[in-house]
Amino acid sequence: MIETGRRIAPRVSLPFTIRDAMIEHARREFPKEACGLLGGPRGTIEAIYPMRNADDSAVTYRLDPTEQLRVFREIEDRGWDLIAIYHSHTHSEAYPSVTDRRLAFYPEAVYVLVSLAAPEDPVVRAFSIRDGDVDELEVTVS
Amino acid sequence: MAVTVRIPTILRRHVGGEPFVEASGATLRELLQDLERRYPGFGGSIVTEDGALHRFINLYVNDEDVRYLGSLETAVKDGDTVSILPAVAGGEHT
Repeated sequence: MIETGRRIAPRVSLPFTIRDAMIEHARREFPKEACGLLGGPRGTIEAIYPMRNADDSAVTYRLDPTEQLRVFREIEDRGWDLIAIYHSHTHSEAYPSVTDRRLAFYPEAVYVLVSLAAPEDPVVRAFSIRDGDVDELEVTVS
Repeated sequence: MAVTVRIPTILRRHVGGEPFVEASGATLRELLQDLERRYPGFGGSIVTEDGALHRFINLYVNDEDVRYLGSLETAVKDGDTVSILPAVAGGEHT
């Protein structure tokens, strides 16, 4: 099973191509929520895996379980880490909702939120969510 | 009859930190009961009080999602691998 055991830094280094790809994915799915994973070697974000929202919903998301297992394996087979889980909020700020906190089953992952509440001015923020407690992480786009 | 169960990080504290455990049973439900006997508290993370598969737990037998098989009544046999993955889910709905 994939390891997410590495301690996350309080800072997240996000390649601009991957930030832009997340925003593009969120816009493509709008008004439904978009979701996906970010992975890479040694804690460095290098790849984006846009995933299907099995909930097909404007207010919730869930990765398709079969696709989830397949992509987890792909990341694992490359010797990479699952670093972040991203999803979009289409009508609210880029901050973990009560649902996001309750369903944060990957405490070692970074949770990235993309808000399209202001469609021309998308906001990307990152958080650690452990036992329902939210800590914002500084995002540096490189 | 031994089946290998892959334990996700978040549940390893129930099984002494092990990434894999062996379990026995003819169905997934029996397998999880075996694990619950040996690791009290483990089963409650997977199966609800009503005896159903927890909504936000994905279970796979040999990489097949058991919701498309027989859920907890899915038959397992010697040499099978069971994977457990917490769902990746959420949303702005509160």
